[in-house]
Amino acid sequence: MLEVKALEKSYGSKHAVRGVSFTVEKGTVLGFLGPNGAGKSTTMRMIAGVLEPDSGDALIDGKSIISDRRAAQASLGYLPEGAPLYEDMTPPEFLRFLAEARALPRKSRRDAVDRAIADARILSVSHQRIGDLSKGYRRRVGLAGAILHDPPVLVLDEPTDGLDPNQKRAVRALIARMAPSKAIIISTHTLTEVPAMCHRAVLIDRGRVIADDTPAGLARRSEDGSLESAFSRLTDQVEDETL
Amino acid sequence: MTGYLTRQMSGFSATYRRELGAYFATPMAYVFLAVFLLALGLFTWEAGRFFDTGVADLQPFFVWHPWLYMIFLPALAMRLWADEKASGTDELLLSLPLGIPGLVLGKLMAAWTVAAAGLLLTLPMWASVNFLGSPDNTAIALAYFVSLLMAGAYLSIGAAVSALTGSQVTSFVISVVIAFVFTAAGWPLVLSTVQSLFGTGFADIVARFSFITQFEGAQRGVLELRAVAYFLGFTATFVFLNCLWASRQRLG
Repeated sequence: MLEVKALEKSYGSKHAVRGVSFTVEKGTVLGFLGPNGAGKSTTMRMIAGVLEPDSGDALIDGKSIISDRRAAQASLGYLPEGAPLYEDMTPPEFLRFLAEARALPRKSRRDAVDRAIADARILSVSHQRIGDLSKGYRRRVGLAGAILHDPPVLVLDEPTDGLDPNQKRAVRALIARMAPSKAIIISTHTLTEVPAMCHRAVLIDRGRVIADDTPAGLARRSEDGSLESAFSRLTDQVEDETL
Repeated sequence: MTGYLTRQMSGFSATYRRELGAYFATPMAYVFLAVFLLALGLFTWEAGRFFDTGVADLQPFFVWHPWLYMIFLPALAMRLWADEKASGTDELLLSLPLGIPGLVLGKLMAAWTVAAAGLLLTLPMWASVNFLGSPDNTAIALAYFVSLLMAGAYLSIGAAVSALTGSQVTSFVISVVIAFVFTAAGWPLVLSTVQSLFGTGFADIVARFSFITQFEGAQRGVLELRAVAYFLGFTATFVFLNCLWASRQRLG
């Protein structure tokens, strides 16, 4: 479904991503973990076709983000970090804009918008401007935008970041509902939600994949069996090696 | 070929509608139109002495267009790309399966439509000269047409610079400076200086690139294809730069 092949990216002298590869099959939710500045967002932006990699490729539903960008992007739903939205629009206006921009068939646009609004549970705020919505609702509007065209692959950059526990639960429930029919990557800082939400976890540090395992398998690598200590042990370990 | 064009232009109508909506969803367009009309009226009546010329035409009105466009249109265009960057929505836009040219033209056309609305709202002035005398209406229609083309050229500067700088204030200042250079190049005060420094030949070339010089014919009611080609070519050049500067973002 999604195949990431040796992506590389440098910003000037900073080598942000150094050959990241992994695959995600349909029905899998992949947790994309790593410390701040590890290259999570950069990798996700490259998969979404927002940023051009220096080398490597990503195949979305078999279509290359490099040589067939538009076809690949048509099969992908992307929630950028912080869920940026057009604040002057209402959620339905925003979704209609995306439907038109994605050139969904005219007849199915209304259905797609209605379905995304229902799935993201944002019907009650349809008449409000996005700028006036709470953080939780804004995030759900962003998610509605990402799933509007029912893409086989979803890339969600910190979908639960900055939300209160209830809002987090709502977003997690939405992701769980979509999971069986899609390949989903989620980046997150909140390690406690990884076992509940993800089938697999890829841990990256300094632009490299340092672990690719189930959340339980990852947790077993630490002495006390918690994901948190595994996370710090694995990322610290690399730090020690380079010293 | 048509397939290629369709792909490049995908997103044009969605972008156009969204941007036009954004102008009118905020006070932006209304404030722009109100202040623009006020300034245009003030200059036409006070500085242009509209009633004192004794002639029923709109020359005292059109003569101010380049100068007012120079200030007002960069203000209208500055948000087009800088706003996307500030709110992070550029990320969203670039993740859509769209062509950059469609985005660039959609945004420019939306701003152009607001400018056209401004011109449309000056039509009562045209009506009043017809009430006061019998002006050459073909000449006035022509001047309106070329003025609209010139507005596109000014807007294309602002839109392109907005994509380049990513900040509204910086974009406004730089656009006004560029617009000033292309406006003032035809100003006698500047031209005489250029002439004394670099000679008549060079001054002629400078004058030819000035919006004021190119707009002069239209103000007199003469349709110069040269001027039409100049404004369209100028706009196309900046649209091209805008495409380059907007796609540069993909490189990181």
